[in-house]
Amino acid sequence: MRPLKIVVLAKQVPDTRHVGPEAMKPDGTVNRGKLSTVFNPDDLHALELALNIKDRIPGTTVTILTMGPPKAADIIREGYYRGIDHGIMISDRRFGGADTLATSYTIVQGLKKISDYDLIVGGRQAIDGDTAQVGPQCADKLSIPQVTYVEEIIDIKESEIIARRRLEKGVETVTAPYPCLMTVHGSSPNCRSRNAKKVMKFKYARTKTELRSADEAMLALHVNRPYLTIPEWNVEDIEADANKIGLSGSPTKVKSVESIVLTANEAKILNDSDSDIEGMIKELIEHHTIG
Amino acid sequence: MKSVFVYCEVENKKVAEISQELLSAGKRLAQKLGCPLDAMVFGKDLAGIESQVSSYGVDKLIVADDERLEPYRTLPHAALATKILKKEDPQIVLFGATSVGRDLAPRLASQLNCGLTADTTILDIGDHFVKKEKKEYKDLLYAIRPAFGGSIMANIINWDMHPQMATVREGVMKKEIFDKNYSTEVVNVNVEEFVKEEDFVVKIIERHIEESEVNLKEAAIIVAGGYGVGSKENFDLLKELAELLGGEIGGSRAAVDAGFIDHNRQIGQTGTTVRPKLYIAAGISGAIQHTAGMQEASMVISINNDADAPINSLADYVIKGDLETVVPKMIKFYKENAK
Repeated sequence: MRPLKIVVLAKQVPDTRHVGPEAMKPDGTVNRGKLSTVFNPDDLHALELALNIKDRIPGTTVTILTMGPPKAADIIREGYYRGIDHGIMISDRRFGGADTLATSYTIVQGLKKISDYDLIVGGRQAIDGDTAQVGPQCADKLSIPQVTYVEEIIDIKESEIIARRRLEKGVETVTAPYPCLMTVHGSSPNCRSRNAKKVMKFKYARTKTELRSADEAMLALHVNRPYLTIPEWNVEDIEADANKIGLSGSPTKVKSVESIVLTANEAKILNDSDSDIEGMIKELIEHHTIG
Repeated sequence: MKSVFVYCEVENKKVAEISQELLSAGKRLAQKLGCPLDAMVFGKDLAGIESQVSSYGVDKLIVADDERLEPYRTLPHAALATKILKKEDPQIVLFGATSVGRDLAPRLASQLNCGLTADTTILDIGDHFVKKEKKEYKDLLYAIRPAFGGSIMANIINWDMHPQMATVREGVMKKEIFDKNYSTEVVNVNVEEFVKEEDFVVKIIERHIEESEVNLKEAAIIVAGGYGVGSKENFDLLKELAELLGGEIGGSRAAVDAGFIDHNRQIGQTGTTVRPKLYIAAGISGAIQHTAGMQEASMVISINNDADAPINSLADYVIKGDLETVVPKMIKFYKENAK
């Protein structure tokens, strides 16, 4: 089997388990600066799926493409620590506030610049929006087939790839030609951990933006080891149409947000004694809740 | 006036439950707007399929009947739906937030260059004033959904790139018959005209669908376990209690992820939304992702070692203790006291 060229779409996301109204901007978008960030969980599954193919077919290359604020370069470093070959960052303030349509347009402009790929993989969805839209939208804009909710790659052939999909009521095995785009389900294998040698090799990988605030030793290191400099693309680099990116390229707008408050009520507090439990069961039967 | 449109899922000649819910929700929107409710359905052997949907008040049903359209595949369905939506030009399009709807709708949104709100739980119609344009937009779709792990509800609107599209969570929209004698116009499309041979490049070579017997949505009594249940064996105890009470067993996402219970029994934001008259939560801490799917239960019993578990704030009874002790006692006293 010939080696494949794989692009992994990955995203740094706010840790949505800890978002309060104080982290929202007046326009309803998130103030990411106030949140801790993580590698989107489903995207880690996608990364593992790609690295697994690289293990199976020597010579396969894996590139992470991510879009986000400067700090999102963490995603590329985490990718290097686990075995990717290249990382590319799309970053520009003008991309901010994008919904899924504007995001997929931007990512596709980046993919067009990469141009040479057999397979694009990404997580099924990101925990900051749970929309699961960007994958299919990218596939549409590239006019390639999509295979969503992939759980396992069954076989990799010369002209097609066979994958099992996890559906809500079962599984389905499909075959798709190259190039195609897959979104990866959380039921697929977890991502491998960091490799200590790779951490040593790539821990000083930085984007241009990050290098602006770097000291001289770091700059010298990047002159000696050019592979440490992570390519960073802005609006002009990917020839993006200003009307199709960021807030202005986003049809969906947040009109209002409302925090959820659990309404407290008076609960009867019982312990595990016979009398407490029998009393409760009797009440439930009496009120025809059970029985 | 431009219509409200629903994409109906069908398998083995049966229109999916979610699609029936969407038709009801769509009809309510159409009535507020004073516009027709239209729908499309793609599958095989669909003669007479309108009989399953007309009572929801469907004005026009567009049918594509071809054996290659079932089971669902992205490209042929996307090709059909794109052409139909371009021609029909509806103002609102609804899809189920199912593995089919969430696969298809984003592809269409990209084709039509329009907005799509995911996993909506409330749909409404309202106005919006756009300050920049100094213009009031009337009768927009309010697509309201939980966001950021369920900690907020966001009202998402789209005033300038139509149609306004949304996927809607299963089990949240009330199904109601509009008029059992409603007459629906059926339009059959010529599939060959809409779909090209290359739309069938992805091939399904194997498929296992468990016709799920789980009916959590309709269950009056649910016994649900969380990560705190600790083992599959302890889940058997919960199952025994559920069976004795004539209820169903469910689980939190953490319990599903731990392999204690099948994913089709997951309750919460990413699972099923339930409204039983009794909800027994064992070893469930009550993360908002879970409570979003069960907070409308009429009565809640929480069995938990942790007196401060968030779910206790929703509970009518809080039993502090180990479920290995509590559940067998509940079984015993129920048997002794029930008539």
